[in-house]
Amino acid sequence: MIFSNLAGRLQETLRKLRGKGKLTEIDVDEALREVKLALLEADVNFRVVRSFINRVRERAIGKEVTSSLTPGQMVVKIVHQELTALMGAKEEKIRVAPQPPTVVLLVGLQGSGKTTTTAKLGRYLKMQGRRPMLAAADIYRPAAVRQLQILGEKLELPVYFSEGKDPVAIAREAVAAVKKQNCDYLLVDTAGRLHVNEELMEELRAIKEAVRPEEILLVVDAMTGQDAVNVARSFHEKLALTGLVLTKLESDTRGGAALSIREVTGCPIKLVGTGEKLEDLEVFYPDRLASRILGMGDVLTLIEKAEAAVEKDQARDLFHKIQDDRLTLEDFLEQMRQLRKSGLLQQALSFLPGVNPKHLRGMQVSEEDFKHLEAIIQSMTPEERRNPSIINASRRKRIARGSGRSIQEVNRLLNQFEQSKKLMKQLARMGKGGFPMKFPFP
Amino acid sequence: MLAKLKNSLARTRQRLVHQLEEALSLHSRISPELYDELEEILITTDVGLETSGRVLEELKARVKESREERPEMVREFLKEILVDLLSLPVPPAIDRPPLAILVVGVNGVGKTTSIAKLAAYYKAKGCSCLLVAADTFRAAAGEQLAAWGERLGVEIVRSREGSDPGAVVFDGLAAANARRIDVVIIDTAGRLHTKANLMAELEKVYRVCTRNLGDRNLLTLLVLDAGTGQNGLNQARVFQETVGVDGIILAKLDGTARGGIVLAVADQLRLPVVWVGTGEQPDDLRLFDAREFVTALFDET
Repeated sequence: MIFSNLAGRLQETLRKLRGKGKLTEIDVDEALREVKLALLEADVNFRVVRSFINRVRERAIGKEVTSSLTPGQMVVKIVHQELTALMGAKEEKIRVAPQPPTVVLLVGLQGSGKTTTTAKLGRYLKMQGRRPMLAAADIYRPAAVRQLQILGEKLELPVYFSEGKDPVAIAREAVAAVKKQNCDYLLVDTAGRLHVNEELMEELRAIKEAVRPEEILLVVDAMTGQDAVNVARSFHEKLALTGLVLTKLESDTRGGAALSIREVTGCPIKLVGTGEKLEDLEVFYPDRLASRILGMGDVLTLIEKAEAAVEKDQARDLFHKIQDDRLTLEDFLEQMRQLRKSGLLQQALSFLPGVNPKHLRGMQVSEEDFKHLEAIIQSMTPEERRNPSIINASRRKRIARGSGRSIQEVNRLLNQFEQSKKLMKQLARMGKGGFPMKFPFP
Repeated sequence: MLAKLKNSLARTRQRLVHQLEEALSLHSRISPELYDELEEILITTDVGLETSGRVLEELKARVKESREERPEMVREFLKEILVDLLSLPVPPAIDRPPLAILVVGVNGVGKTTSIAKLAAYYKAKGCSCLLVAADTFRAAAGEQLAAWGERLGVEIVRSREGSDPGAVVFDGLAAANARRIDVVIIDTAGRLHTKANLMAELEKVYRVCTRNLGDRNLLTLLVLDAGTGQNGLNQARVFQETVGVDGIILAKLDGTARGGIVLAVADQLRLPVVWVGTGEQPDDLRLFDAREFVTALFDET
């Protein structure tokens, strides 16, 4: 794949631009060309990309380059800032109505994940000490009501439904029921519909009229392509959305649709779905998605490192450790933790320069794998972590018992560690003279 | 049927044609700017950079070869190239029943609805059908399929939520053999291609199928949402590696999404589109025809 290594190519462009004091138009254009490709490949809408690039260009040209940055890095930094700003400077909470109950309407295309999100949001609010009620207003898809009822049972949340009624009536009655049941939130799950289906869009408007929601959330599949703008625009025009929920973000999509929708509607992204389990719903952090869309968490880390001297020392320390073959399992675990926190574990792997994405297949790290790995390393003594070569058969047995994993898994981890040490060393040699990089786990 | 597809593609077409015609009318001769605009149009249909680039290169080569100077001829060349790209051999028909169709895909692409449509299609052709509800994960997924079965008058084999999908498929195939069923259609749980454990589970389902039927009687179809962006390529690649996908069902082509991702999938993975889904009714499914698809995409009414 030509474009699978955009971050790598971007780095290449940056390297070429090293050592300049001021950004010229040519510098900027060269770097922005790569950024443009990265955005398009991330499914950001074509028009959105164009206007965005123009904005960045204006801001970047002629800008003084600080001593620690190269012109190219400056461009990336501006891009990242602009992207983050565009997606909302900080996280946004679900609103509360001045008078309870707070009604939240969830709308979207078929298959975007409305029913699952409704249940997840119910759980989320419950964990915060609220008393949410769910309402099943999708009477069209076979067994959709049943699906919400089952999820409600699992979460021990009341689910309102009224057989034989139309969605508008169900929603209206649910508002009355919510008051009676002493609940303070009502989450209305609606049927998936096409934004061009006049009749069904009219129905949504009628539901809105009937229940006066505090929040109307558009649920969007993070894997959506260029059409996202058309969908979002139609829903926004008809309903005046208040926010977005981005689902299926645990896939390897870059989620550029979010940027398009944000630009078209101006609504904040409030929540993201990150898994199939009901607890997999998180508050949205704009800067994380910005890195993800650009596919260059590592490049940005690089820049941050260049700016923050303290961290720079740490990174340099790591870099030397790798070069001198002194990397320990503790460092390894710490790197994994940091990457996991940034949500970039998978991403970072494929963007290592010189790493063929094909070789990474089968090395994918799931959340569960990570927990096992953590357990194994934590079952080692500090000495074993520092010097894995002392881990003999009897130690392996003990570690396996301590972590509740099999001996084979312990062996595999130790092998992987050796392999990744080799790979990192190789990379360190490649990056010689450059900035210390954050080395992810292969 | 053709009218229906044309209708559903009308919106797509209007805008695309509008863009295309605009691009063509603005240029009195074939210029680099014209190519830029064509590339832009392709990208807005989710074809992606790599395949768009390749299509454009091919287009330039054909224009050069023909010594054509009229911009309007570019459209004909472009159509030809896209048709060529999409004209891949579809899986051959089998010798003797039962045919098993394993339907796979990520969450929310329209697997269950597509299966209902497939059942309606085969039933209308006079085949006996059996549905197997191997989505034992999502709440009420089995009930959703059962509701379709009832509506279509097609039998269904299902099990409890949370039970082993491989076992359900095994039972389903045994039932199909015993009842001399012609077509068995297997609904699987939506799963993201990035979930290693779920893909391993799917591989097991696939093994159960091939062991009981042999490779030849199994057709694995991947459902792609027409609205999917560049991630569709990753989806197709991983599913292809895991369960040997034979073809694509392109679902939800009735919105404004263009489904251009199938061009990238055809170009880079050589996977043919077999079916196109255009609505929520059981008969909103038709066999894919490359020329029709491209014609409906570019032609004026």
